[in-house]
Amino acid sequence: MNPAVAVDSMHGHVELKIPAKAEWVAVARLAVAAVASRLRFSVDEIEDVKLAIAEACTNCIQHGADSDQIEITCEATSTELRLTVRDRGVVLHLESVESEKDRFGDGGRTEELGVFLIRALMDSVEYHVDPREGTELIMTKLVTG
Amino acid sequence: MDIKVNVRESEGDAYVVDLTGEIDVYTSPKVKDAITELIDQEHYNLVINLEKVRYIDSTGLGVLIGGLKRVREHGGSVNLVCTNPQIKKIFDITGLVKIFGIFDDEQSAMKALV
Repeated sequence: MNPAVAVDSMHGHVELKIPAKAEWVAVARLAVAAVASRLRFSVDEIEDVKLAIAEACTNCIQHGADSDQIEITCEATSTELRLTVRDRGVVLHLESVESEKDRFGDGGRTEELGVFLIRALMDSVEYHVDPREGTELIMTKLVTG
Repeated sequence: MDIKVNVRESEGDAYVVDLTGEIDVYTSPKVKDAITELIDQEHYNLVINLEKVRYIDSTGLGVLIGGLKRVREHGGSVNLVCTNPQIKKIFDITGLVKIFGIFDDEQSAMKALV
């Protein structure tokens, strides 16, 4: 091995496929939390990641009408955790949800709470919608500790 | 993963809903059913005790908001008991701290109903 090449001991690639059913979201949550716990995240940050992945999966179940499976990919490095969630649905409403605190203060628009939480808890969120392939949501949490 | 729901009558016309476990897309219908049943029975002053809830997601928040909207139509209210910092953080992020009364103990939540 070339000693000049830095090896990221935290690097890991984990793939998970779950049925697009409500009872399987907890499995995704726990699996992704296990991956996150290998990085230098605080307990609170791991909880953020758990909630974000659960919201992404819930969105797939609620809007991915043609999808029977959710694919989750975790890319872990010493500096970030990058999560990709794919399903065959095409409706995510991400573009319409702004990062405004208090928007739910009147109790309205609760259907957008999940997407709002993902944006609030993760450092970056992007998505790609293909009418034939479905939706791909990519969200990243940076390791700051 | 499951949620345990216990409903009990308290002072006056108030009812307490004790929740234990995790509230997510799978378990939230059970919570919704319990709250809906109380409201259908015309009980409009509720304390929902989240002290033993380890996790709540947007579907759980949606159920609580839905319950609050319904009781308010009848002049009632929903107060929450919550001490879990992570769950409090979710209420704060979403601005829901402004519409729910959130208390550290059941007695305070109950007192604030009347």
